[in-house]
Amino acid sequence: MLQDILITGLVNGGVYALLAIGFSLIFGVARIVNVAHTAFYMLAAYCLYSLLSFAGMSMWLAALASVAAVTALSLICFRLFIEPVRQHESAVLIATIALGLIFQEVMLRSFGGHYLGIPNAVEGVVTFLGVSIPYQRLLILAIAATALAATWFVLHRTRLGLAIRATANDLEVANLMGMDVRRVAMATMAISVGLAAVAGVSVAPVFVVDPFMWLSPLVTVLAVVVLGGLGSLKGSLVGALVIGYVEAITVFLLPQGAFLKGAVALSIMVAVLLARPEGLYGVAFEEER
Amino acid sequence: MSTPLAFLARRAWVNLRTEVFVLPSRTIALVWAAALLLLPLLSDDAYLLRIVAMTCIFAVFAASWDLLAGYAGQVSFGHALFFGAGAYTAAVASLELGLSPWLGLVLAAAVASALGVGAGYLCLRLRGSYLSLATLAFPLITLGILFAFPEKSGGELGLSGLRSLFSSRVANYYLIAIVMLALVHGLWAIADSRFGLVLHAIRDDELAARASGINTPRYKLAAFAISACAAGIAGALYAHFMRGAGPSTLDVGLSFQAVIWGIFGGLATIYGPVVAVFVLYPLTEWLGSFTAFGEMRLLIFALIVLLVLLVMPRGFTPWIRDRIETTCPRCKGRVAAWRTICRVCNVPLHAPARAKAPSAGPVTNPGSPRASSRLQ
Repeated sequence: MLQDILITGLVNGGVYALLAIGFSLIFGVARIVNVAHTAFYMLAAYCLYSLLSFAGMSMWLAALASVAAVTALSLICFRLFIEPVRQHESAVLIATIALGLIFQEVMLRSFGGHYLGIPNAVEGVVTFLGVSIPYQRLLILAIAATALAATWFVLHRTRLGLAIRATANDLEVANLMGMDVRRVAMATMAISVGLAAVAGVSVAPVFVVDPFMWLSPLVTVLAVVVLGGLGSLKGSLVGALVIGYVEAITVFLLPQGAFLKGAVALSIMVAVLLARPEGLYGVAFEEER
Repeated sequence: MSTPLAFLARRAWVNLRTEVFVLPSRTIALVWAAALLLLPLLSDDAYLLRIVAMTCIFAVFAASWDLLAGYAGQVSFGHALFFGAGAYTAAVASLELGLSPWLGLVLAAAVASALGVGAGYLCLRLRGSYLSLATLAFPLITLGILFAFPEKSGGELGLSGLRSLFSSRVANYYLIAIVMLALVHGLWAIADSRFGLVLHAIRDDELAARASGINTPRYKLAAFAISACAAGIAGALYAHFMRGAGPSTLDVGLSFQAVIWGIFGGLATIYGPVVAVFVLYPLTEWLGSFTAFGEMRLLIFALIVLLVLLVMPRGFTPWIRDRIETTCPRCKGRVAAWRTICRVCNVPLHAPARAKAPSAGPVTNPGSPRASSRLQ
């Protein structure tokens, strides 16, 4: 039981962290609440499925191609639908909601509403501390860790990362210092959706793939991001692990836990917000009115 | 005997002519209300009445969201909580407690208002996106609890077997239409009063509002309560109309629907979301009646919203309103767009006004894109 909780919480927490950090990045840099974020995660899973079953690509190639394709699509959507209404925050919000719905419906029309299965990239299980863990879950964990490390590296060791952090810190001053904030926003969008696509591709074999698979992670990701503090990467990571473990504990220990896991996770988020309205690691933007 | 009546009729006609027919938007509103009330006399089509009744219910829901989000700036992503609370309360009151449906309606409004105050209290310290995302959680938490106790709540299937409020279809239609007109007018009157002005101030600058001696928490709680009350009544009407309350009344989709209607129609107008519902809901239903489109209804809905927003980022209704009406540069009164002089102060409305009085400073139209396109 304990080992189950430890492992499930860690794997889910890793996936949530991938999704939440991307969401948090684009919010921090461009102040976009991208509701379609997890829809890109769903698209990546579908893309992987179609590349595998129709184009007959190998797993790794298909995964890479899916991530690239979804990232490119996100940039197109950003240019076509989000950029023109950037000045109107509320319009951006419903543009992203509409995008998410459009992706969901297009997938529903093209693939149908039933669950699709994707074979594991690696088969087999490893027994560790008396629990058998499929290799695929370990792979998810490894991919999540690598992607997070890569994101950290990009943000803290490259000039682009410096520009992203500067823009997130103060958009107007970054603009005055000669950074092209529009291109920084595009780059951030690419990184953010890229992370979501990586998450989608890696969990596709474990979770079911269906057109509505973006809704439940969306709520969890929002909870994670709010819990950790909007725009804070450390907060997203901690929040993801907290929510991942809370969900695992609820599912394994409470009766009717599967129904209550979302409710418990969200209640924890609300409780944290009551104590700290800006989340665990968020900055209170007092001057940003 | 006939003199006072004739006098009243003449005064009403003069009022109508000088206050309503001079402005196209008021004329449209009057024609719309009259059409709603006359519809059952013209057509007895069950399908049509049903669609219009549903539209009315959702119009109340969208308008109540606008009071909270547009005026008070508390952009709630969980407005379905109040709708669902109203629906479930009405269902429980009728089915479990055996109360009269009218009492159930009052009870639904009361429970929804109480939840509104509760949700508002939890959200008092939250702002902006944090508030949106925290409110998103409330209906989902409620839904999780409902699913965990299926024997009381009906679980996935919800509660069914509720009776309609009246046995006749037309009477039900009239009830919903009149309640809708009354509630929307009430919300509009509230939003247009001093209370609404304070909500504007809280949305634009909460700190400044507080510094001006406004008890902002009290106003925010009141906005939550009023908005939740209207949404709860809409939910209760919905439950009686659909003869049941299901989990779909608490769905994330319904909360997002309110956001879409509100923003599509134009924030902080009350009439905007109502127009949006009256445009979008029948449109999607009508498109859904084609078998070719039937399953693409949501897709078309989302596409329409997305494309319309690219042209009219401030919303559909303000865009239309700016086409048919202008603001007088001197007295700031609203004037029909085709007039050349202001109906209130007789000042020339178009280019000459600016050419003659250059010292009056730049004419700023608060509705012009130039004024509103500042970076946030």
